[in-house]
Amino acid sequence: MTESVRQLGALMRKEFLLEWRQRYALNGMLLYIVGAVFVCYLSFNARRGQLTPIVWNTLFWIIQLFTAINAIAKSFVQERAGRQLYYYTLASPQQIILAKIGYNTALMGVLAVLGFCTYAFVLGSPIADIPLYLLTLALGAVGFSASLTLVSGIASKAENPATLMAVLSFPIILPLLLLLLKVSKNAMDGLDRSVSWSEVGTILAIDAIVLTLSWLLFPFLWRS
Amino acid sequence: MKKNWWKGLAVLILTYVILQGLVGGVPRQPILNESIRNVYFHVPLWFGMIIMLLTSAVYSIRYLRNGRFDDDGVAVEFANTAILFGFLGCLTGALWANFTWGEPWPNDPKLNSVAVGMLMYLAYLILRGSFDDEQRRARISAVYNIFAFAVFVPLIFVVPRLTDSLHPGNGGNPAFGKYDMDSQMRMVFYPAVIGFTLLGVWITELRVRLRRVKAVLEE
Repeated sequence: MTESVRQLGALMRKEFLLEWRQRYALNGMLLYIVGAVFVCYLSFNARRGQLTPIVWNTLFWIIQLFTAINAIAKSFVQERAGRQLYYYTLASPQQIILAKIGYNTALMGVLAVLGFCTYAFVLGSPIADIPLYLLTLALGAVGFSASLTLVSGIASKAENPATLMAVLSFPIILPLLLLLLKVSKNAMDGLDRSVSWSEVGTILAIDAIVLTLSWLLFPFLWRS
Repeated sequence: MKKNWWKGLAVLILTYVILQGLVGGVPRQPILNESIRNVYFHVPLWFGMIIMLLTSAVYSIRYLRNGRFDDDGVAVEFANTAILFGFLGCLTGALWANFTWGEPWPNDPKLNSVAVGMLMYLAYLILRGSFDDEQRRARISAVYNIFAFAVFVPLIFVVPRLTDSLHPGNGGNPAFGKYDMDSQMRMVFYPAVIGFTLLGVWITELRVRLRRVKAVLEE
């Protein structure tokens, strides 16, 4: 048990190191989300507080979704096949997928917070219940990375990974996205938190389902 | 002949369902009026679709467990028939909605969920198309199929119930089991579910056999 936890830690550390050494990719993603926010800001030509709450919220989550897809799509194409084979001789596939999901969650968390800050900075923040909104950001980071990591693994095996990644992940991510939109809208309106708990529970349940499935299915994926 | 009794059963049941659906007695309901007959066609198509998607996922699991190509073929054909049933379900539903809700595609969470579900399975077919290597295609699309079914279930059964839907059984509306259907209608409705499912299995069986024949001819 402790051994596998140690291996998991080593794999996660490897992911972080790899990202840090290829800083251009990380910087690219940071710039991507800031750029996307700014494009939306200028396209709407909105002064602070002019967007209605629904538009504000939806636009933010759409930006999050596209950032997530772009950031996670590269989690399997970054390394060459030979090196991946080498990892598989060292660790079990379950550990590899968990390490990737863990790393992607951290990455998505950073991107979400950065995106949120930029977004609130340029477009103003009409949020009444900020802790709950941050909780939805965290739940979103876990859910996006759990479901998109496996999809990116699937897409990376095919001929045109980029298109396939989008086609496969949009419908898969939608239930999660709708629930996140609902809870974050509740947080914006400052509704009583008891209203949101059932949705938070459902989001957690969906997160659990996709995590378990990634854990179960990834061993079949890497063998090919 | 002994092995094919269920095909006869399907024909028998569907004849009964169509006859009952067109001329049988139905209770008079406000708004629904005669369009309640659609419950014999629209709802069983969806039930059949979900049963077939489940079967497809089960065959994908079987493929991953034993690696027989045939199981993957069965899985994809079940998914194909389910998509066909899904389109027919949309069509009958649009017809029905046009008369009861005033427009063929009202902005209803259940409709949108189902549309997304269909996108998911169309993506499955596209995924299959993007591999050259057969073994790889079978394995990876089996993985995706299982994943897709696991997301499809909350999409269809959980998300519409969290919001308001026009469909019975969602958003606090009573399910049709409660009082929309009397016992006479149930005598048609439950056989209709079985009949349409059997029809789906029949279509799938034909396509699977065609696939097997083609596979043998290619060798």
